[in-house]
Amino acid sequence: MAKHQRSLAHPVGAAPPIEVALPRPRPAPPWRLTRLVENERLLAALLLTPAVVLLALFIAYPFVMGVWLALTNASVGTAGTFIGIRNFVKEWNDSIFQTAFQNTFFYTFWATIFKLSLGMWLALLLNRQFRGMRIVRASMLLPFIVPTVLSTFAWRWMFDPTFSVLNWLLYSLGLITNKLPFLSDGHWAMWCAIVVNTWRGMPFFAITLLAGLQTISPDLHEAASLDGANSWHRFWKVTWPLLRPVTIVVVVFSVIQTFADFQLIYVLTGGGPANSTHLLATYAYQVGVATGLLGEGAAISLFMFPVLFLVVWFQLRYLRRLEGP
Amino acid sequence: MDTQRGMDRPEREPQTGVDRRTFLRRTGFGAGATLAAGLEGILGARRAPAYGQGTKLHLLRWNDFVPACDEELRRQLGEAGKALGATVTLETINANDLQPRITSAVQSSTGPDIIMMLHNWPHLYEASLVDVSDLAEWQRRDQGAYYSQSEAAAKVGSAWLALPHSIVGAQVAYRKSWFDEVGQTTWPRTLEELRLVGMKLKKNGHPVGQTLAHTFGDAPAWAYPMLWNFGAAETDAAGRTVLESKQTAESIRFMQAYWKDACDEGALAWDDTNNNRAFLAGEISATLNGASIFIAAKRGADKLKDEKGQPLWQDIQHGPIPNGPAGTWAYHVAFSHAIMKYSKNQKLAKDFLKWLDAKEHYGRWFEAAAGFSVGANKTWEEHSMWAKLDDAMKIYRTAARVSRMFGYAGPASKEATQVYSKYIIVDMYAKAVQGMSVHDAVTWAAGELKKIYG
Repeated sequence: MAKHQRSLAHPVGAAPPIEVALPRPRPAPPWRLTRLVENERLLAALLLTPAVVLLALFIAYPFVMGVWLALTNASVGTAGTFIGIRNFVKEWNDSIFQTAFQNTFFYTFWATIFKLSLGMWLALLLNRQFRGMRIVRASMLLPFIVPTVLSTFAWRWMFDPTFSVLNWLLYSLGLITNKLPFLSDGHWAMWCAIVVNTWRGMPFFAITLLAGLQTISPDLHEAASLDGANSWHRFWKVTWPLLRPVTIVVVVFSVIQTFADFQLIYVLTGGGPANSTHLLATYAYQVGVATGLLGEGAAISLFMFPVLFLVVWFQLRYLRRLEGP
Repeated sequence: MDTQRGMDRPEREPQTGVDRRTFLRRTGFGAGATLAAGLEGILGARRAPAYGQGTKLHLLRWNDFVPACDEELRRQLGEAGKALGATVTLETINANDLQPRITSAVQSSTGPDIIMMLHNWPHLYEASLVDVSDLAEWQRRDQGAYYSQSEAAAKVGSAWLALPHSIVGAQVAYRKSWFDEVGQTTWPRTLEELRLVGMKLKKNGHPVGQTLAHTFGDAPAWAYPMLWNFGAAETDAAGRTVLESKQTAESIRFMQAYWKDACDEGALAWDDTNNNRAFLAGEISATLNGASIFIAAKRGADKLKDEKGQPLWQDIQHGPIPNGPAGTWAYHVAFSHAIMKYSKNQKLAKDFLKWLDAKEHYGRWFEAAAGFSVGANKTWEEHSMWAKLDDAMKIYRTAARVSRMFGYAGPASKEATQVYSKYIIVDMYAKAVQGMSVHDAVTWAAGELKKIYG
């Protein structure tokens, strides 16, 4: 290295010499690829490539394929031919589709309302100090951790038309004389699905909102208390404005997941009885995968796209506004 | 830029190993070349890679309701493997999951070489199945004529796209003592008699259990005969929809009354296993089913008892769906095996099916089924096994003679399979028993059929 270093000449009695670092001359890279790697832009592109390829393979390609299938009369084993938007028109006029479409909004709306209100309530409770706090917080995540299919099977057994433990309990307590039709009545079955979705999704809300609550300085609450604010005012004027950004993000994520829900309905009701609990995802599956009408199934699933697109657009817009100019 | 300062760091030793650039170059290019070559091969073949083909055969079937059948089949696969010089594997899944599995296998051109087909599915998957007419002709010569629904299910046009294997008969299993209690000592002759008996049974806390849910067997096996026994049909002989008829309305009116008067109304959410469990638990007095309830009761005789502590199976009898105004017809589920076009082992698969369905091998599986599954050919009605079975089981021997196929009175087309797969006929009755008017239920179902049949 010595040959790359120079000491600035200095007269006797002057300041000590300063060492400076100079670029070390390098031999020309022997290889073109090596030179490419040295280029920051190219390296960045290279590092991004795996992610882009994955996104292209698993997100973009299926989506484009789905759009193409929706525009064809493809069925299982046959490629089909281009038929324009005929599948969309056909499904729009299909009574089962209309039921599934309405169900999807109904299910998403009520499940999100319940998850938000109960999640918020739980987060506020868990934000206090109490003995066993860590265990309670950790155990709260259980419904979210257990695979949806497994937990939904357990719920299905609890709602079983013949052997429901809930019916048995209510009957034993003398609260009912006839079995409640948890899954054998369309309205009941839809509300059961909403209950299960709420049970499963509420911890996600609670834990995220709890994280948001813990970023709020207690000083603000103390100051508000000194100014005479009661607990409601403290929540509404202090907690809520600071928690709103987190809440919006959580709600938007939840809406996306709930709107496109498949597993829960598939296991719990299979869309029945008589299609009364079909969501767009389960109906698309029945038509596209079970019946083999791939074009129609793709068209049904694509009806979700504009709704979810609007939700994501709203979220991004809101986040951008939060970030400021 | 080199920021090394001063002399406190030693000179690097000349690198004799692999440096970062060399590593990247070698591994990157090596992996890239391998990947490119592999991908090129896969894309060129237009199918997923398969390994060790030629000696392996993958068979996909349902989880049999009679476990002894799967046990016997697994045993036979070992024998077949030795005889054919191949490894034959059996995968069993829930019957309700077979259709999604077939779709994904066909679309990805990979999966089981042979898949069990229910109903008339070969019509729906026509483009993806190998013509096995030679095997069907061999089996017909060897074992006699097929039952009409086996032929309708597996023969598409003039080609056999699946080899008929068996038929699961659907009869009403009922508790004889409970029927006796309400004064019905013989099986009701008409549907109206069944409703009246069912009314008394329901009052006694023993309703009839009949599913009208989206499930592959018991729901369509009840719903379609309801049409036929009232003289209604999906289509006419030319394949035009004729569902919107006075007869269909009559059948729905009957179903609404029967449901309210005689049935467990929770059955709208039952799959094909719920009625088995409910019957064996003493929750229902009768249910349309294969013979699996009786077989399970007999095999679990030490645990499954009636109220008097006697083995439950002794109190189980079977009866056909009673007569409607137009007679009595049933829907017995036809099963067949199809070889998938994407399979690289088509010759081996054919050899295997021929081995499996040879009399000496099929006969052993047939005996394990103990009447739950009967042969696709009438020859099996004469098998010595029938003499050994209990009287309650003997009704299954000739059950398959009175079956019709989806799409009746038209051909068993792929449109008929789509109507089944979307559960339109089942849902017509399910909607009606939940309160939809007869007119609206018929109009809805007829509209759905027109969208499919055109």
